[in-house]
Amino acid sequence: MRMNTGRLAAASLLATCLAAALPATAQDKVIRVAYIDPFSGLMAPVGANGFKQFQSVAEHINAKKLAGDYKIEMVQFDNKLSPQESLNVLKQAIDKNIRFITQGNGSGVALALQDAVEKHNERNPAQSVLYFNYAAVDPDMTNSKCSFWHFRFDANSDMKMEAMTTFMKTRPEVKKVYLLNQNYAFGQQVQRAAEELLPRKRPDVQIVGKDLHPLAQVKDFSPYIAKIRASGADTVISGNWGNDLTLLVKAAKDANLNVNFYTYYAGVIGTPAAMGAAAEGKVFISSYWSTNAKNAALQHYLDFKKKYNEEYYTVASWNILHMLAASVKQTGGADPLKIAKALEGMKMQGPLGEIEMRKTDHQLQQPLFIGSWQKKDGKTVKYDVENTGYGWADLATFEPYVASQPTTCNMKRPG
Amino acid sequence: MEFFVLSLLNGLSYGLLLFMLSSGLTLIFSMMGVLNFAHASFYMVGAYVAYSVSIKIGFWPALVIAPLACFLIGAAVERYLLRKVHKYGHVSELLLTFGLTYLIVEFIRLLYGRLPVDYKVPAELDGPLFQVFTSTFPMYRGFMAMVAIFMLVAIYLLLTRTRIGLVIQAALTHPQTVEALGHNVPRVFMLVFGGGAALAGLAGVVGGNAFITDPGMADSIGPIVFVIAVVGGMGSLAGAFVASLLIGVIQTFAVGIDTSLVSVLGALGVKVTPETFFYSVWSLKLSQVAPILPFMLMVLMLIFRPKGLMGTREG
Repeated sequence: MRMNTGRLAAASLLATCLAAALPATAQDKVIRVAYIDPFSGLMAPVGANGFKQFQSVAEHINAKKLAGDYKIEMVQFDNKLSPQESLNVLKQAIDKNIRFITQGNGSGVALALQDAVEKHNERNPAQSVLYFNYAAVDPDMTNSKCSFWHFRFDANSDMKMEAMTTFMKTRPEVKKVYLLNQNYAFGQQVQRAAEELLPRKRPDVQIVGKDLHPLAQVKDFSPYIAKIRASGADTVISGNWGNDLTLLVKAAKDANLNVNFYTYYAGVIGTPAAMGAAAEGKVFISSYWSTNAKNAALQHYLDFKKKYNEEYYTVASWNILHMLAASVKQTGGADPLKIAKALEGMKMQGPLGEIEMRKTDHQLQQPLFIGSWQKKDGKTVKYDVENTGYGWADLATFEPYVASQPTTCNMKRPG
Repeated sequence: MEFFVLSLLNGLSYGLLLFMLSSGLTLIFSMMGVLNFAHASFYMVGAYVAYSVSIKIGFWPALVIAPLACFLIGAAVERYLLRKVHKYGHVSELLLTFGLTYLIVEFIRLLYGRLPVDYKVPAELDGPLFQVFTSTFPMYRGFMAMVAIFMLVAIYLLLTRTRIGLVIQAALTHPQTVEALGHNVPRVFMLVFGGGAALAGLAGVVGGNAFITDPGMADSIGPIVFVIAVVGGMGSLAGAFVASLLIGVIQTFAVGIDTSLVSVLGALGVKVTPETFFYSVWSLKLSQVAPILPFMLMVLMLIFRPKGLMGTREG
């Protein structure tokens, strides 16, 4: 009898599984995109907020039928910011018949995913997976480790540093620089790029100190602040993001540290609120998005803000899903290989000007912007961020060629 | 000099927060022989309760209500759970508290979600306390240190100067005799467990907004509390105090020191180049290994002095 109930249970379980699996294959007019990012831990706010931003763009595209008959649906997966966990959820996503994935937080995770996708596609060409990278900016991913199945929509860390150091040429007050970064692939790349590019652009600038701290673990940055002060630096360059930047800025404020911060990610959720009035004129950002945007993304930014009372800053989600929709329309289907080919060399109007997905290395070429944290005045700063009364003043916008980097990518193309 | 003074102040204030946490753990261990794995969870509960109270009626009531809530939860855990498994020995008690950590963290996630909550430092404590050369020392850190010292004095007086304190101390070594004299020893145990939880809760109230309040906060602080208990000596309150300050100061200073084995060996005349075997290990700077120093200290302590700095029992 025991045996029988066991078998019965197994059979019914199987039946439920089949029932659950069937509609998935039947809904062929839905393109599901797996969003693999942290939904728990110190970086959870960043992951959760990013998902909301992607979803809002998907809704926009579906409402306007930009992908033709197809609808885009975002599916969330928690990777706990761990490369190992990311590979597990990638498997789950593939098992659920999802053929498009997107990820952005953590180049360690991104490198693992890129490698796993490449291997998976080699072994299962019929079930190829396409990887849209919206924010992992380790340059290796579009150079020595480039892959046909990976497309990067953020500017890589070398491009951002190129723009930042080009801007520093116009800032004579930058004399002594301190490099503070997270100790993993990305943070190390930022440090290397700064050490390489700064002497070239500003030979008179001195690098007075550099530090790598553990990613997403430091709760108290006051020891680092004491160290920066002791070094006599007037400028800190940091690629930190999420709570690693929020807590850093908070600790600097508490200790009254009077330096300028040149960052990549001061616009990420939570950080602007922590900066507040104390950071006025002291925090700079190198980014591909500003509220001086010229395309429909600006309206989306305002709508998002109104609806959720949160910032829409992962504008790569706009570019990714719009390019995806355009290639779906162009190829008339959702075959990852065809979509990948359509994406190569695709051009589109981005927030700050024309953007192009470069064919040689799948690195998006786009204008970059340098902003500084200023009081909202309705003219230079039109919109404040996170209800602080402060926002990003536009100091410089660089055409794509300024920050563009040569690539060593030697891509293996299928077929 | 400025760096030295600042780091010392930072280290001491962090150490005092660690003491608030480890004192409760040590108290419970010395009293009941229970190694409370869920101790850091009470730290988290304290922070979350304080957050909820502070957005409704303010921070100052939270400073009282949150530890009280932790006391009640702790006492209930002792009365209805620990006491039931007590007869099966220490392993069962240990496993029970271990399971409790999972329950608490999942419960917190259900109630508050996985994201950090916006638990703010009260406005009247948000500002500089005094000037150290060109830096300012934040008022809230001073407040944290004050609460910890106040707590230390209060526990000391409670244990040595009051009747209940004498009963607790007596029950520590001679539970049967104390019981024979007509005192309710199980109730004393319940009070001690609740008290320990309340101390952790208090640490959560002042630590949660100084750093960050999220469901991962117990996991991130839990291990270090055990390190302190081991280094200070299991069950020694004075040991926990010394060890907390020691670890706080070591961790803070280590971040500021950029010496690596390469430079040490260089000074000794041994040349280390990037071609040397294991160069990535030799070139690690002290500032980079700062987060693991407490754990190294614990391992060394267990090897060379297993009873800890001020512990009384061997092994």
